[in-house]
Amino acid sequence: MNWTSFDTWIVVVGALCAVACALPGCFLVLRKMSMMGDAISHAVLPGLAIAFLITGTRASVPMFFGAAIAGVLTALFTQWIARFGNVDRGAAMGIVFTTLFAVGLILIRQAADHVDLDPGCVLYGAIELTPLDTVGQTGIPRAALVNGGALLGNLLIILVLFKEFRLGAFDASLADTLGFSSQFLHYLLMTMVAMTTVAAFESVGSIIVIAMLIVPPATALLLTRKLPTMLLIASLTAVLSAILGHLGAIQIPRWFGMEATTTSGMIALAAGVLFTLAWLFSPSEGLVTKARRHRSEDLSLPESTA
Amino acid sequence: MPSWEEILEVVLLQNYNTRLVVLSTTLLGIAAGLIGSFLLLRKRSLMGDALSHATLPGVAIAFAVMVSLGGSGKALPGLLLGATLSGVAGLFTMLLIRRTTRLRDDVAMGFVLSVFFGVGVASLQMVQGLPGASAAGLESFIYGKTASMVQSDFFLIAIVAGIASLISLLFLKEFLLLCFDDGYAGAQGWPTFALDVLLLGLVTAVTVIGLQAVGLILIIAFLITPATAARFWTHRLLPMMLLSAVIGGVSGWLGAGISALTPELPAGAVIVLVAAVLFLISMIFAPPRGVIPRLVRQRHLRRKVDRQHFLRAAFEILEAEAPDRDVPSNSPFPLAALRSKRTWTPHELRKILKIARREDHLEPSEPRMLRLSEAGFGEAARVTRNHRLWETYLIRYADIAPSHVDRDADLVEHILGPELVEELEDFLERGPVAAPIPPSPHPIGKEASSS
Repeated sequence: MNWTSFDTWIVVVGALCAVACALPGCFLVLRKMSMMGDAISHAVLPGLAIAFLITGTRASVPMFFGAAIAGVLTALFTQWIARFGNVDRGAAMGIVFTTLFAVGLILIRQAADHVDLDPGCVLYGAIELTPLDTVGQTGIPRAALVNGGALLGNLLIILVLFKEFRLGAFDASLADTLGFSSQFLHYLLMTMVAMTTVAAFESVGSIIVIAMLIVPPATALLLTRKLPTMLLIASLTAVLSAILGHLGAIQIPRWFGMEATTTSGMIALAAGVLFTLAWLFSPSEGLVTKARRHRSEDLSLPESTA
Repeated sequence: MPSWEEILEVVLLQNYNTRLVVLSTTLLGIAAGLIGSFLLLRKRSLMGDALSHATLPGVAIAFAVMVSLGGSGKALPGLLLGATLSGVAGLFTMLLIRRTTRLRDDVAMGFVLSVFFGVGVASLQMVQGLPGASAAGLESFIYGKTASMVQSDFFLIAIVAGIASLISLLFLKEFLLLCFDDGYAGAQGWPTFALDVLLLGLVTAVTVIGLQAVGLILIIAFLITPATAARFWTHRLLPMMLLSAVIGGVSGWLGAGISALTPELPAGAVIVLVAAVLFLISMIFAPPRGVIPRLVRQRHLRRKVDRQHFLRAAFEILEAEAPDRDVPSNSPFPLAALRSKRTWTPHELRKILKIARREDHLEPSEPRMLRLSEAGFGEAARVTRNHRLWETYLIRYADIAPSHVDRDADLVEHILGPELVEELEDFLERGPVAAPIPPSPHPIGKEASSS
């Protein structure tokens, strides 16, 4: 394997994006809204299309805002349908994102005469190409700055509002009673998710985003019951996934005699493997741990009664 | 613009080119509508989303296997088999996570969706490099190719949709139990895990054929939107399922028809939008659970409660003026007395009085004085009587302290029907309520606040 500075940058970009997603992801998982990342990643399509139709360019700033607005609208519509219609939140989410995606598809089809705006490119992204697009003379990839910015923003918001977020995640009505609007926290979280998703999309593709919003927090949840520890473990899992994922993307296809494959897919796979390890061997509730504890309890029972 | 003849031709299935597409999407809509009802009630609507993403690795692996066996790699049955197997693998992963960890459904679904999809994308990329085979177009598997549907596709959809619908109707009772109370179903000895697998197996089957024919987004929407729309119209499962099937079928039929008439509109997207419009109509207007009918009902109830509060307050004022009589006489009383009975804002009070005048509960009288009409006085006596009967009942049978009973009674008295009042009378007949209107069991007004 020959490791170049390219590979280093890919891992750095992947890790920045992964942690940026894992942090708000912890709160999504705790609030039983894990599927929001998937929903937003589909629902941004009309935002991109409208931004394109208005400005006529594929410049990233208008695209970014179009997508972010569409993402926040997804959260808003979901909340409205769930509340005013008394609909299960999962179903509300499903209706909103499929409808928005359909609108986006139709808009893109209308714009297709003018330019190539492929829904596929929105969903897949290409983390392998990020080191090519650098900022000025610094040699730092733009994607690293964008995702690093998203990470920094998320970290700041979570640090400043940590107490409020914790309260909102575990007991929304208590938060309301104490005077922290849980509605506001909800929408703030949704905005964070939407912004992070969109920032990551453009550079690394939606698979990493969806996977990193859910899998590292779920892994952390299996390993701890404390929120600060959970955030820490989720971030570590995210970084590890990025490293292992890129290594896997280079190495695993060789075993089958094939070329290297997409890093983003392999990062998702690496996160899945880490989750499975936690699932099996978590000290408190891993399957294997529990089975062994069970067996040793079985053995010790006769002794204690004897 | 298409002419009327063209529209009729497409909608009535007379055009050979579009007939297959319209029929297929209609059948898919019906089957997905039926099965989606169970998913909605089981709060697993996004299952279709997770499963449809989970099929991707199977497609890639099936392709690789078929290529290594010397085939073209694009044989539909093989790809479908791969998709189904990997969908089932995703399904079991989900159920396992659900059963063996304390993570919830949404995390299990999200995990399977993202990891399987990631693996799928990675392996698709890998098989693309396979020598001697072109994997190009495998992605159309994800986005669907509605317009280029052929007869064999149609038969496949018809068979799978038919079987899935049949099974979901045959197992109606079991699925009903599973959806509403799986703990009870388990205690009764039903194999809940097997039923869960069967239900989600049906979802997988519909998802796989739907994916291939009409695309990912459409099949997700088909499993969620019709069922959620139907839920607004009824509280019973079977009518809801049938309605959901109808909504799914109509969306498929209309959507595919519209798309066939305007070539630049992709069928899947139009169908999703038609279903979304039907959903929106249901959510806003459906009488049993729609938003507007519910608001109207709430308004009615609030008016009724306001009216009853006003009448009882008036009656209690009249009672206080003539403490030694069983039934007070109807005489004018000052507006200020009414205002001190309850914390009405001037605005609320004006509205209440306006409604009372419109309903002929008030008669014209001198300024700053109020006088109940004959009808209003009778109604006031009845309302007060109901309130006191209920209070007496609560004190005697529910052990509520007399000092607290006023508010507790307030929660229920407005929805007491005539039969319930009769029953209350029977209950309390032997008590001290022989009087036409029983005395209040607790002090009222100023005495109460001073005590």
